[in-house]
Order: sequence, then C-alpha cells, then structure tokens
Amino acid sequence: MSGSVDAKPSALAGGSAPVVARGGHRPGRDARPSPARVRRRSVAPWWFLAPAVVLYVFVTVVPSVQGAGLAFTDWDGLDPVKHFVGLDNFRQILHDDAARAAVTQTLVIAVAITVIQNAVGLLLALGVNSRIRSRNVLRVLLFAPAVMTPVVTAYLWKYVLAPDGALNGLLGAVGLGSLEQNWLGDPTLALWCVIGVVVWQFAGYSMVIFLAGLQSIPEEIYEAADVDGAGPVRRFWHVLLPMLAPATTINLMLSIIGGLKLFDQIWVMTNGGPGHATENLSTLIYKGAFQFNEFAYSIALALILTLFVAVISSGQYWLLRRQERATQ
Amino acid sequence: MRRYRPRTFALEMLMVAVAAAFGFPLYVLLNLSVRDPHDTASAVAPTTSPTLANYGDAWQKAGLGGAIANSLVVTVVSVVVLVVVSSLAAYPLARVSARWSRWTFLAVMGGLLLPFQLALIPLYQTVRDLGLLGSLWSLVLFYSGLQVPFSVFLYTGFLRALPRDYEEAALIDGCSPLQAFRRVVFPLLRPITGTVVILNAVFVWNDFLTPLLYLSGSDQQTIPVAIFGFVGQYVSDWQLVFAGLVIGLVPVLLVYFLMQRHIIKGFAGGLKG
Repeated sequence: MSGSVDAKPSALAGGSAPVVARGGHRPGRDARPSPARVRRRSVAPWWFLAPAVVLYVFVTVVPSVQGAGLAFTDWDGLDPVKHFVGLDNFRQILHDDAARAAVTQTLVIAVAITVIQNAVGLLLALGVNSRIRSRNVLRVLLFAPAVMTPVVTAYLWKYVLAPDGALNGLLGAVGLGSLEQNWLGDPTLALWCVIGVVVWQFAGYSMVIFLAGLQSIPEEIYEAADVDGAGPVRRFWHVLLPMLAPATTINLMLSIIGGLKLFDQIWVMTNGGPGHATENLSTLIYKGAFQFNEFAYSIALALILTLFVAVISSGQYWLLRRQERATQ
Repeated sequence: MRRYRPRTFALEMLMVAVAAAFGFPLYVLLNLSVRDPHDTASAVAPTTSPTLANYGDAWQKAGLGGAIANSLVVTVVSVVVLVVVSSLAAYPLARVSARWSRWTFLAVMGGLLLPFQLALIPLYQTVRDLGLLGSLWSLVLFYSGLQVPFSVFLYTGFLRALPRDYEEAALIDGCSPLQAFRRVVFPLLRPITGTVVILNAVFVWNDFLTPLLYLSGSDQQTIPVAIFGFVGQYVSDWQLVFAGLVIGLVPVLLVYFLMQRHIIKGFAGGLKG
C-alpha cells in the first residue's frame, strides 16, 4: 500500500488547489483558448457532476435553505399554514433558560473537548513515536475506541459511571472510597464526564493524525537541534510544534466541529440532564422538534449551531491556507 | 539511531499503564458480559465461571441479526453510491478550470460548513411526504447526499495531483471520456478510494441520530438504534445489556483489527484533505 502514502501530500495539495487556480498559477488558461484547452474540456464533461450535485442539492442544499427560512416563522410541523414572525424565535431563545444553557454548554463542550483531546492525543503520539517496543500494538489499541459505535461506548460508560458502577467499585477496591461520586447525577460532574468520555473515545484519533505529522519530520532536524544544544523543552516548542502545525490545524478543526455537533453520547448518558446541565444545541433541537413539536423554534436553534460551525470552520480553513502558503 | 535506554523502559511502562487505563471500560464490558446474572461480585473482579448464555439471550431479545444485516446493506450501498458519484464529480472539478467548474467546486465545499442539524427537520418532512420513513432507502439517500461534499473534496484533491498523461493517451486511442474514466482514471484513484470508503463506512455504520429519526416506529433498525431500544428495555439487566453491546461492537472491531493498517492510514492521511 505504498500508494496511500502518496495520498497524503496530494490531499494537502488539493486543499490549496482552488487558490492556485484563482491566483493565476497557470496564467493565460482562461484568456487564451488553445487546442489543448478545447480537448481538455472534452476530457471531463460537465455531466459527470450531475449525480453528485442532484444528491447534494436534494439532501443538503434545499432542506438547509428551507430551514434557514423556517427559522423566521411559527411553523409547528403539522399545520401547512405558517406565518413570518421575524426574530421572535430568536427572542424566545434569549429568554429560555434551557436554550441559553444549551448555547453555553455547546461552546464549553466543544472547547473543552478540543483542548483536552488534542493535548492527550499529542502526548500519546509522542509516546508511541518513541523507541518503545510496544509502540505498534499500543497505536492499534489506543485508536480502537475511535471506530467504535458511540451509542455503545456511551452505554458502557453510563454503567461505569453509575453510582454502583465500575468506577466507584474500582475506587472502593483500591481504598479511595472517599472519592466515590454520583458521576452523572451531579450537574457539574456530569458535564465533565460527557467531555471525558468523548476524549476517551477520540484521543486516539488525534493521536494518529499527530503521529503522521511527527513521522513526516526528518530525523536530521532533531539531530541539528541536538547539535545546536537545544534541550527537550526547547526542541518541543521550537522544532516540534511548528513542524506539527498542519496536523494541529486538522485536529483542532475535527475536534471542535465534532464537539459542537455532539449528540449520541449526551443522549445516551444523560439525555441532557440532570436538569439541563448537559443539554447542548443538538439535544435541544431533537427534543424541540420531535418531542414537543416546536419545529420552527428548533430550526432557529439549528441556525445558531450552523453559524457556530460555519464561522469556526471557515476561520480554520483560512488559517490552514495561510499556513500552507507560509511553508511553500 | 536512538537506543533502548532505561528512560525508554520507563516510558514503555508509563505508556502500557496509560493504555491499561484506556482499556479499563472495555475490560469491564467483556468481564460482565460473560457473567451469570445472579453473580453479584464486583464489576472489577474477574468473573469466576464465565458463561456465554448472555450472548444467546441478547442476540434473540435485541434482534441484532436483523440489525446487523440492515446496517450492512445501508453502509455498503451508501458507500458504493458515494464512491461512484463523488469520483465522477471530482473528475471535471479537478480537470476543468473554467468558471462553472470552480464555482461548482466552491458550492459543493460550502456543504462542509453546514451541520446536518439544519437540514434535518425540513428533510424529515420531505422524506415523510415521500412515504420513505421507516425505509432503509431513506438512509441511503440521506448519507449519499450528506457525505458528497467531503468525498468530492478528497477525490478532487487527489486528482489534481495526478498527471493527465494516461487519460490523454486513452482519449487519443479513441476512448470516450466515460471509458477513459472507468478504465484509466478510476483505477489510479485506488488509494484515495480506500480512504473515502473507510471514513464513510465508519461514519454510516456508527451513525445514530438519522436512523433514530427516519426508522422510528418501523421494524427496520440499524445497530445503534437496535442497541438503543434494547438497553432501554432491559436497562437493569447489565449482564444481558453488556453481551448485546459486545455483539454490537464485534463487526466493526473485527474489520478494524483485520485491516488496522489501512484504517489508521485512512483516518490519519485522508483528513489532511
């Protein structure tokens, strides 16, 4: 499979290609039609796009546009008559304690997952990138949770964290009974438990991306830093981290977007509770639409979530671009 | 070369300890799943006299056989559709630099910015009006559309770095564009096709919210939904529940351990796109 090694740099190149095309890296292609250009047009006819575009428009574009419009109505999902109500749904969100809690917690969960998961992932990557003999086995084991079904792992953890569950059992068995907690019953602890479970599942994912970054750093760079007398700490900050910038950007993007959209783990472990302590936008959208029939209100919440995701991902994309140009 | 020193050994011990901590819940999972329901020993203590009875029980009560078949159908069909339509679409997007191509690319990439929660509710209504609720095809349709931007993104990036010589030779030899794509270009896309298959398959197989909505009230279930319903019903019967959870994990873990090199590479490399 040496082919998939090739996939890495080329996929990276793909990310920057539209700018290359727009920035006139190959000048004159649009301005001066040549026989080569005419032939190329027949190489890849436009109708190759049709099936993908039809699916994309039907499943994503049309419903998203509908959704963006419905957020400003009083639609209840059943009555075909709906009225334009302007910003009423958003005003209601501002005065709704559950919705305000959900907005705050969506952000807290996403940021906490991003920071902790990547810190843990980086440490694990450094660990398995060393000379230790178990590095290959550990890599496979530590990544394994990332492919597991979140519903299944969430139920597993729900049991582990139950008052009479395995974690309290373990604490009691090693004489730390005083640390036993009602992990998912306490509002603050429950939020951190949800975050911890997501980190447990996806730290290995961050690890493999960091590892790919670490393995692309040539050995000579370490040796050069060694010769120049840089200690381990300075080597980490001034050699390793800058070289890991592309992997870091991808990791941050994946974890923050995944964190913003988190649903399965919360739904299974706490259902948003106790109270609304672990409620986020995804769980509230689901409850609003499919349990309380407040369709328009739910869609307004979804629009807020969309705003978060769109702003953060385009910001990250822009950063990635700038980085790539800086290293070219 | 760096040598194996005492410090390396200390690191080795530390990493093994960390991995053991990561594995603790999975140990509990396996340990309880083979325990007799009347055995009240601590969850942490290794089960004496293990039994497989819970597995047979869970298999029957949760209807996992049907759920595994459904998950398999939805995953395979969705992934095949995604590979075909996305690789086809990426071809003109990567090869043609005309304005329509660049704008289409940007419009499709816009899909990466939209969380599916926004489309979820209007699409639910459309699917209901089409009478597709409760049908596996609604899921196939949903995943095929939802994952197009990401798959097209990966294919386009790969194609842009691929030389044109082969396909141009094929065209000169008299191939139609579709023949050139099918016989020459698509085989060259194999590495990125692997990535597209792996990432989409794991996503579709594990997805919970969509089937929870689109299949609710029907007898069709995928694994995550079947597990969800099963645990809801037998919530206090943890030995039984855990056997069900293990069965739910077996297919995905089996594939993972058989193909771990490719899968890890897919996750690590593909997302650079």
